[in-house]
Amino acid sequence: MSAGGFWVGAPVPRKEDEALLTGHARFIDDMEPVPGIRHAALLRSPHAHAEIRSVDLTRAAAHPGVHGVLSGADIAAAIGPIPSAVRVPIDYYPMAVGKVRYAGEPVALIAAEDRYVAEDALELIEVDYRPLPPVIDPKAAMDDDAALLHEAVGSNVVHHREFRYGDPETAFAEADRIVRLDWTFPRYSSTPMETCGAIAQFEPAPDRYTIWSNFQGPFILHALMCGALRVPGNRLRLITAPQSGGSFGIKQGMYPYMVLLAAASRLLGVPLKWIEDRLEHLVGSSSASNREDAVEAAFRSDGTLTGLRFRNTVDVGAYIRAPEPASVYRMHSASNGAYRVRNIAVDNRLVTTNRLPIGLNRGYGGPQFFFALERAMDAGARALGIDIAEIRRRNFVPADAFPYRAPAGALYDAGDYEAALDRTLDLAGYAALCAERDRAKADGWLFGIGLATAIEPSGSNMAYVTLAQTPEERARAGGRSGGLGTCTISIDPSGSVTVKTVSTPAGQGHATVAAQVAADALGLTPDDIDVVTEIDTLTSAWSLASGNYANRFSSVVVDAIGNAARTVAEKIRMIAAEDLEVAAEDVELADGTARVVGVPEKSLPFRRVAAKAHWHPAGLPEGMAPGIFETAVLSPPGLGPPDEQDRVASAVTFGFICDLAAVEIDPGTGRIEIGTYVSVHDVGKVLNPLIVEGQIVGGFAHGIAGALMEEMVYDEDGNPLSGSFADYLCITAPEMPRLTIGHVDTPSPHTALGAKGMGDGCSMLAPVAIANAVADALGREDVEPPFTLNRVWDLVAGGGGAG
Amino acid sequence: MKPAPFEYCRADTLDEALDLAAEFGADASVLAGGMSLGPMLNMRLARPAALIDINPVEALAGIRESEDALETGALCRQADALGSGLIGGFAPLLAEALPFVGHFQTRNRGTLGGSVCHADPSAEIPLALLTLGGGIVLRRKGRARTVPAEAFFEGIFATAREPEEIVTALRWPRGGARIGHAFAEIAQRHGDFAIAAVAATVALRPGGDIAALSLGLGGVEDRPRLADLSGLAGAPATPATAAEAAAFAADRADPIEDPKASAAYRRQLVRVLGARVLERAMERAAAPSC
Amino acid sequence: MLRIAPGTRHRISVTVNGRPHAGFAEARTLLSDFLRHELKLFGTHVGCEHGVCGACTVNIDGRAVRSCLRFAVQVDGAEIRTVEGLAEGGALSPLQEAFRRRHALQCGFCTAGILISATQFLETSPNPTEAEVRDMLSGHICRCTGYEGMVRAILDVAGETP
Repeated sequence: MSAGGFWVGAPVPRKEDEALLTGHARFIDDMEPVPGIRHAALLRSPHAHAEIRSVDLTRAAAHPGVHGVLSGADIAAAIGPIPSAVRVPIDYYPMAVGKVRYAGEPVALIAAEDRYVAEDALELIEVDYRPLPPVIDPKAAMDDDAALLHEAVGSNVVHHREFRYGDPETAFAEADRIVRLDWTFPRYSSTPMETCGAIAQFEPAPDRYTIWSNFQGPFILHALMCGALRVPGNRLRLITAPQSGGSFGIKQGMYPYMVLLAAASRLLGVPLKWIEDRLEHLVGSSSASNREDAVEAAFRSDGTLTGLRFRNTVDVGAYIRAPEPASVYRMHSASNGAYRVRNIAVDNRLVTTNRLPIGLNRGYGGPQFFFALERAMDAGARALGIDIAEIRRRNFVPADAFPYRAPAGALYDAGDYEAALDRTLDLAGYAALCAERDRAKADGWLFGIGLATAIEPSGSNMAYVTLAQTPEERARAGGRSGGLGTCTISIDPSGSVTVKTVSTPAGQGHATVAAQVAADALGLTPDDIDVVTEIDTLTSAWSLASGNYANRFSSVVVDAIGNAARTVAEKIRMIAAEDLEVAAEDVELADGTARVVGVPEKSLPFRRVAAKAHWHPAGLPEGMAPGIFETAVLSPPGLGPPDEQDRVASAVTFGFICDLAAVEIDPGTGRIEIGTYVSVHDVGKVLNPLIVEGQIVGGFAHGIAGALMEEMVYDEDGNPLSGSFADYLCITAPEMPRLTIGHVDTPSPHTALGAKGMGDGCSMLAPVAIANAVADALGREDVEPPFTLNRVWDLVAGGGGAG
Repeated sequence: MKPAPFEYCRADTLDEALDLAAEFGADASVLAGGMSLGPMLNMRLARPAALIDINPVEALAGIRESEDALETGALCRQADALGSGLIGGFAPLLAEALPFVGHFQTRNRGTLGGSVCHADPSAEIPLALLTLGGGIVLRRKGRARTVPAEAFFEGIFATAREPEEIVTALRWPRGGARIGHAFAEIAQRHGDFAIAAVAATVALRPGGDIAALSLGLGGVEDRPRLADLSGLAGAPATPATAAEAAAFAADRADPIEDPKASAAYRRQLVRVLGARVLERAMERAAAPSC
Repeated sequence: MLRIAPGTRHRISVTVNGRPHAGFAEARTLLSDFLRHELKLFGTHVGCEHGVCGACTVNIDGRAVRSCLRFAVQVDGAEIRTVEGLAEGGALSPLQEAFRRRHALQCGFCTAGILISATQFLETSPNPTEAEVRDMLSGHICRCTGYEGMVRAILDVAGETP
């Protein structure tokens, strides 16, 4: 269909805003969906690693106002372990059984009349722990004499696979220059302002669990929750709250808590509400992974990148929770980044440590992957004496090569990377900036420029996670592929339109964009259209990929909305055609009417035509079904399963980002001033420029925060040192550098409107762009975020490097 | 994250507050702005049997000027102090430090007295009080005393206040002519407690040499500290002297080490920031009074 | 003097957004919880409960303050303004309008507190610089927007004020 229309592409202010601005939007903690709710609080382990010798709940149970108490063993007796995507002998329960494996792991649950009383009772629980040696460093966790988190596994390595594309051995053997960097990427989290929360109710007849929550999906996890609760899918009803206060992936990691609350509701016979508090969130929710190890890049002397070797050691924390090991596979099929290189070797190890289990977080796997790749590009440029922009230009997938099949299987849909680079250099005033840098360096100042580029995979193929299995294991497990998008559009008897997207947004403006897309198809305005974005697994049209992650809204869901809207539009046109006594092809929907093309005075109000489908079925065109209730289901084409060479088309669209940072460092204090930051994006067709810009700036904030200050720190005993917002330093307004945004948008042939997914954006690149600039400023390559004051000063003073 | 149970006691007069303090002693916490006590209560790190809410006590609010000092009531809100011309004129060092205290929203409620009582080693208000040679006015039933800031701060969150005592006011001594002040701090984020804060006071002789200078260090040791720079009296008021003084202070400091910063980094900040504020204070002392 | 023993419930009367409200609170009940769960004014949000994030900011007797650091028993008789009271007569305030125009909110969870702060800030500083706006915003955490839109929105409104 045509790219865009009147509303698509316009900076439409958001439908969501009025309720949010006036305090009338409803979030999970505002909901009281059933009477008689009790409030849950969780006792959490103070130890990183300890045997639980006993849990005495007697005094807590007797405390006035307490309704019930449960230990991990009570829960484990009632449910099965939560299934994993990796076949290892680990029984993962939502509360610790026998052993605690991270500080913050739930040990016991109290249900009480309110949260105050529940917390009082937590203090009356007596737990006898026998501390065990903590395993915190992922490299040390692989030592033969390291303590084991999961004895039955026999190792702390829970996943190991090697991959080879092209001929990396020859590429490295014949390289003019090999650049090797040992690197560590820290652990941090996007810490949404609204924490996780859920209300669970078990009804004995028919025995059904209902959970209201701010869970973001993916709803493939519904199947895992059913597995643990041992019920078929129609007996676990998940309902999301109307609004979610941010997620960035983190609210994917709450599903074990949903299982816990559901089980506890059944065992205690009451509906239970649990609103995670901020301290719980920081030690017990989820975070991005810390990843480390080595990257090697083989270059010819002219700067041509001929081979890449990645060795990734991923610290998954205490348990490997689904969808892990996806974080190390999300970028895998695009391991060449934006470059033509065909010879790639990848060695992935996932290691358990006594830290919080990891999960989705903005950019999922991207910040870590691009840190390795893009550090190697800048370091390679310096080693070869080639300009950092020029070396990328020489290696980019060229604009005429799209669609481009990457060596590990990704199909890059569209792009013009060189044009985006040029736009970046132009916006940054690159030549002048380089001259300024050279002058500053000559004068003894610490000034550096860093570049970084990324492709932005969007709309995941659910099958990419199965790269964790060997081709033989995959064959045995049966086929997996696709990433379904769904949308239902209905028109009620009054003729008003409702769009249901089941896309569970957390601030991304889905309702606005959905209304824009539907308005164009139906000849209405976005204000005419109501949008419901939440999901109810019992009544919504949903599938495994439903939910909000991997930039899937504009790459997948929008097409489902468009499909459903076109089906509805076709029906309206057919109904109107009869009354207007013309052919359906001659009817257009515009300005709230169905009218004859070229004869605008021959028109009918849209509402009246639509209402007819309800009020007068006998008057409809012959054979037409009455009512208007259209569901579109689509799986984007080309998302097949991995092949025998472990190649998979991992996503629908591949945007592009080019970031440039220039920094100056105060040698006296280690303070970094980011004088220039330019980010140029290719998001395909822009559906709503206001929202696109908002997503870019928001992603930038997360990236800069990770680059400069945010880190989930553990001491050597596994105690979390960033367990409050006084210690976990979320970036605030004064620390935000000025961001210059540019666009070189190439429409995607993989989507109907040409839109690509976007949203991860600079969250993936700011850490490496800043690191590259710091490396340039300091003249050393062993630099790693977060570039806190103290760490930078150490680097300036000659210490504090990596490794 | 909810506080443990406590008895709430609202004092409407100073006498009521002192009665309550006498009754509960160490079992009660005095609630002023609550910007530091509140989080500790919510996290159950503080578990007093009773809270003595002194906010209604009018006698503890306000700013009073006396012959030799400015007295700020314990309940003087940081926002009011920041907007006070009296403080700007009388204790410019405090005025310079106040924008670094928390945020607009916490200064709206947080008090000068509360910050001093809380005694966070890196807090700005205690550092300003110490550097200016101020004192803390304490009352218990039937008795009052003034403790010099230098003796008041005893360690992390530890002060010379007895449990039955309530801080009623802070005393900011009147400065003389040819005195200059300056304040600076470094924190990872604006509004955070400082990794290191420095406050300088320089008094010049009529000829322009240094009569006295002091450099207060916050966030460096377990309490705000004054570096002993008496040896530099008589030295010329030059950047070199400022650097020398700061280096001297840095060498003699015994910095703490925590996840935010190493001892070496804190020492470095004393050296760098100390020189900057001493130099600025010298310039201000030399400038015609403003 | 007023003494409220632990565990006992005390009647609290307040004026919220110009209307009288009353409810019960224990000595330890946080004002944020009282507003939300006793008065059912859910527009005020709770983000950290230790005074850092600013989501729960409400205006008490003219000043924007953290409602998680105040006990309900302390506000008996106070005038409180919450986000529900900003759109007078059903029309968005200029600041709310500017937030929408500038896409200054995404998930909107932190927005209530920021609107309350910014409203009082503009009363006290009608013509702020961008640095002053950012300084005021440092008392709030927003994870979605990178703060850019709200800085622009606040400056827009400041510019409109004569």
